[in-house]
Amino acid sequence: MKILYFAWLKEKTKVSEETLSLPKGVRDVAGLVAALKARGGGFAEAFANEAIVRVAVNQEHVGFDHAVADGDEVAFFPPVTGG
Amino acid sequence: MIFVQEHDFDPGDEIAKLSAGNTHVGGVCVFVGLVRDFADDGALQAMTLEHYPGMTQKQLEAIEREALERWPLDATVIIHRYGRLQPGERIVLVGAASAHREAAFEACHFLIDWLKTKAPFWKKEETQGREHWVDAKHTDDAAALRWNKK
Repeated sequence: MKILYFAWLKEKTKVSEETLSLPKGVRDVAGLVAALKARGGGFAEAFANEAIVRVAVNQEHVGFDHAVADGDEVAFFPPVTGG
Repeated sequence: MIFVQEHDFDPGDEIAKLSAGNTHVGGVCVFVGLVRDFADDGALQAMTLEHYPGMTQKQLEAIEREALERWPLDATVIIHRYGRLQPGERIVLVGAASAHREAAFEACHFLIDWLKTKAPFWKKEETQGREHWVDAKHTDDAAALRWNKK
């Protein structure tokens, strides 16, 4: 799966894009976040307050209870501020 | 029409295009968003807009499609810039053309309200030599919610 990070999530994780296999036992966004957080460092920092993190799966806004599978494009970002 | 671009646009050209070759149009309504020269913590030097390319296009198309379904419109346009912008520069333009002004006004308002809460853009402000990401506003959420179908 492809994972993307934007705005301050990209700055904290120091990663804009990465490819990984679905971690064992992960079925939804919340599970994926827990697995990323467990890496510690900037990842733990980026997801410290999950309430201010938004997620898109395959370029659609979804909630943390949304399913994830290998082959998905998952993006993490702050609430949007365009316009 | 959707345009996500780094370069500037000409509002006059966009207004003209919304009714070009269509004498059925009775009114065109356009909103242009600009970089203002102040932020919460003082004077703003510049602003950088980041976006999520594939998703931006998809979300803006969905917003435009929704407007075309809700109002009798002859044409719509959404232009959003990204990159580093100075105070006074144009950021965004949304516009709608219709036989009637109510549809044009409402659709235009709807386009910018939904864009602000759904399109994946993020603003980073430069003030007093510091940089910080802009927080989303609750008032923007409230403005977008008013367009939810009852």
